[in-house]
Amino acid sequence: MSFFFALLFILASLVFVVGLTLKIIQYAKTPVPLKIVTTPAPVTKSGVVLRMFREVVFFESLFKSTKWTWIFSWVFHMALLLVLIRHLRYFIEPDAVPAVVWTLIELVQPFGMYAGFGMVLGLVGLFLRRVLVDRVRYISAPSDYLMLLMLGFIGFSGLMMTFVVHTDIVAIKQFFTFNGGQLPADFPLIIHLSLVALLMLIFPFSKLLHVPGIFFSPTRNQVDNPREKRHIVPWAKALEEEQN
Amino acid sequence: MAKAEFDVPELQEYVDVPEVEEGTMAHVKSFVVTKPEHNTDLGFPGELVEDWHDKALEKLDDLRGRYRSLQVFLDACVKCGSCTDKCQYFLSTKDPKNMPVGRQDLLRKVYRRYFTFAGKYFPKLVGAEDLTRETLDDWYNYYHQCSQCRRCSVFCPYGIDTAEISMAAREILDSIGYGQKYCNEIIAKVHKIGNNLGLPGPAIENTLEGLEEDMVDDFGVEVKFPLDVKGAEVLLVTPSADFFVEPHVDGLIGYGKVFHEAGISWTMSTTASEAGNFGMFIGSYENMRRVALRVREAALELGVKRIVFGECGHAWRVAYAFLNTLAGPFDFLDPDYPVPQHICEFTDDLIKEGRLNLDKSQNDDMVLTFHDSCNVARATRMGDKPGGQFEIPRNVIKAVCNNYVDMHQDTIGEKTFCCGGGGGLLTDDLMETRVNGAVPRMTALQNAMNEKGVTHMAAICAICKSQFTKVLPYFGMEMDQIVSVHQLVGNALILTTQKSEGDDEEQENDD
Repeated sequence: MSFFFALLFILASLVFVVGLTLKIIQYAKTPVPLKIVTTPAPVTKSGVVLRMFREVVFFESLFKSTKWTWIFSWVFHMALLLVLIRHLRYFIEPDAVPAVVWTLIELVQPFGMYAGFGMVLGLVGLFLRRVLVDRVRYISAPSDYLMLLMLGFIGFSGLMMTFVVHTDIVAIKQFFTFNGGQLPADFPLIIHLSLVALLMLIFPFSKLLHVPGIFFSPTRNQVDNPREKRHIVPWAKALEEEQN
Repeated sequence: MAKAEFDVPELQEYVDVPEVEEGTMAHVKSFVVTKPEHNTDLGFPGELVEDWHDKALEKLDDLRGRYRSLQVFLDACVKCGSCTDKCQYFLSTKDPKNMPVGRQDLLRKVYRRYFTFAGKYFPKLVGAEDLTRETLDDWYNYYHQCSQCRRCSVFCPYGIDTAEISMAAREILDSIGYGQKYCNEIIAKVHKIGNNLGLPGPAIENTLEGLEEDMVDDFGVEVKFPLDVKGAEVLLVTPSADFFVEPHVDGLIGYGKVFHEAGISWTMSTTASEAGNFGMFIGSYENMRRVALRVREAALELGVKRIVFGECGHAWRVAYAFLNTLAGPFDFLDPDYPVPQHICEFTDDLIKEGRLNLDKSQNDDMVLTFHDSCNVARATRMGDKPGGQFEIPRNVIKAVCNNYVDMHQDTIGEKTFCCGGGGGLLTDDLMETRVNGAVPRMTALQNAMNEKGVTHMAAICAICKSQFTKVLPYFGMEMDQIVSVHQLVGNALILTTQKSEGDDEEQENDD
C-alpha cells in the first residue's frame, strides 16, 4: 500500500506542479490589449498591491455582494490555510528550516486542529447554499457539488484522525520525508490521502484555477492610469504598424 | 402609458430577487444584419458562413490567445453565485441566462467542451456542451441582452467581467457573419459618414447655425457653435445625438455657453462628429481603432491643443481608457491637460476657478438627482482621484442648482444600475429587454420622487438620455424628467454681456 501511495503522490505532485506552472505561464503570456480595470481603482502600483491583498485575504468583492457566501467561503479558506500550515510539520524536519518558521508552525498547531471544524462548517454552508438557492442550483454542474464533497471528506477524515481514531503520525512523517516509513492501514487515512491526491490531480484542470486566476485578473490587477501612460501590447502594435 | 406588446413590470417598493424561470427571454432576438454590406464594411463575412461551427471555435481559440481577460475569466469562475442577483436584466426577467454567470456559461460550456481536458473527456461532469445551432442562437439572443455595464464585475471575487465575455461572443458571431443589425449598421455609418446618426456635414452645420441664432434671440449674445475651425484650442467630440435630440441638445447648448464664458476657443469636427464608439460593443479591436483614429486625425487636421469629450457613457470609457492605446500617443497636444478631458472635468475646473457666473435659482423649478452611467462609473475616472467620476458630475450639478439629492446608495456610485439601453441594445427591436432592464433604476427613481420630492434626473450619457426618454412613460413618468447635466449648467450660467430683464447693466464675472 505504501508503494501505491508513494507512486500516487509522486504522480499527483508532478501533475499539480507541472499543470499549474503551464497554466500560470499561459496566463502570463496572454496579452492584455486594453485597460479594463474595474473602477474606482488604485492609480498607483502600491495601491494595486493593496487592492489585491484585500481581495485575496478578505474577499472584498464577495463581501460587497452576499454576506452568507462571504462568511462560509471566508471561514473555509482561512481554516484551510491554518490547516495547511499545521500540516507542514508532517513534511519538514525542525532543523531543516529557520527557527522562526518552526516556531510559527508550532504556534499554529492548536489553531490548526480546531480550524478543521471551521473548514468543514464552511463547506457545509456552501453546499447547502448550492442546493437551496435556486439561482446557484441552476448554475451548478455535478463537479461543483463533488468538489465540495471531496473537500468535506478530506476535512472530515482529517478530523477523525485528530480527535477520534488516532493514526501513527510518526510513521506517516517518515513516509513523506522519505525515511522509509510504512503508511498505517487506517481507513480514515486512506480516504484522506486518496482524496488529497485526487485534489492535486484535478487542480490544473478545474475551477480550482481561481487560485492563480485572481492574480492575473485584469479588472483587479491593473493600475488606473490609461491617460497618463500609453498601454499597448505587441499584437496591437503590429496591427498599428501594418495599417500606418 | 406607452403601448407595449409585452407585460410591463409594475414598480414595487423594492426590487426583490426573483425565483428563476427558464426561457422567459429566449424569444427576444434583435434584428440580424440583412444587408451584407453592413457586415462586409466592417471586415466580416456578409452572411452566416457554412462552416460556422469550425470558424466559431477557431475564433474563440484566437481570442483567448489574444485576451488574457477571456482566458482567465473562462477558467476561474467557481460558480459561487455572487453575481446571480446583480444584473438588471435578470432581476426583472427572471431568465437565468440573464444572470451574469448564466450568460457567461453559454460560452464557457463550449470552451470547456473543446479546449479543456475535463470538458473533452468528462463533459457531463463539468457542464461542457457541444456547439450546436441552438447554442449559437442562444449566444446571439442573450449576448445581445447584456449592456456591458460591468455591475457584475464589481461583485465577482475574481473580477470576472461579463462585458468581456459578451464582447468576445459578439466578435465570434460577427466573424462568422451573424452580426447584429443595430450595431453593425451604425459602425458602417461612422466609417462612411463620421457619426452614428449618419448626419452629413451640412446638416450639422445647419443645426449649429440654428443654435447660434437662438442664443442671439434669447440672450442677445453671440455664442458660437464652431465646426471645423482650424487653430482652435479645444476639439470637442460629442455624441451625435447632441446635435438634435432632446434633452441632449440642451447639453450641447450648455457646453457652448461654458466655452463662451471661459473664453476658450473651441471647435467640433464633421469627420469626428461622434463620441460614441460602437466598435467596443462588438468587441472588435480593429473597428474600435478605426473609429477612434478619426478623433486623432481631426485633432491633427484642426491643429487643436486639447481634446474634450461631451456627455456620453460608453464613449467616455473608450475615450478615457482606450483612446491613448488605440490612437495615441497624443504628444502633439498640450501636456498640461489630460488627453482626453471630460466636459464635466472641464466645467468643474472653471467653476473652481470662479470663472463662471452661476445663478442656481434658475434651476429652482427642479429637485434633481443624478444617474451614474454604468461605464463612467465602473470603467473610467474623472480628475486625479479614484471616484472622481462620481464626485465631479455631482459637484457640477450642486454648483448650478439648489435642490439635489441622491437616490438609494445601493443604486449609485460603483453599484449603479445600467439604464437598460447600453452596450448596443438601444434599438426598438429590443424594447422588452430595455424596459425590463430599466426596472431597478426606475424603482430607485420612483422612491426618490415619493420620499424626497425629486422631479428630474440628470445624466451624462447619450444612451441613458435616449433610453430614459423612451422608457419613463412605460412606468407612468414623463419623458422630460431626464435632463442633461450641461443643460442645468446652461440654465444657470449668466453670460457676461447677457441682456437681463429691465436693465442693461453689465455683469462682472470675476470674484
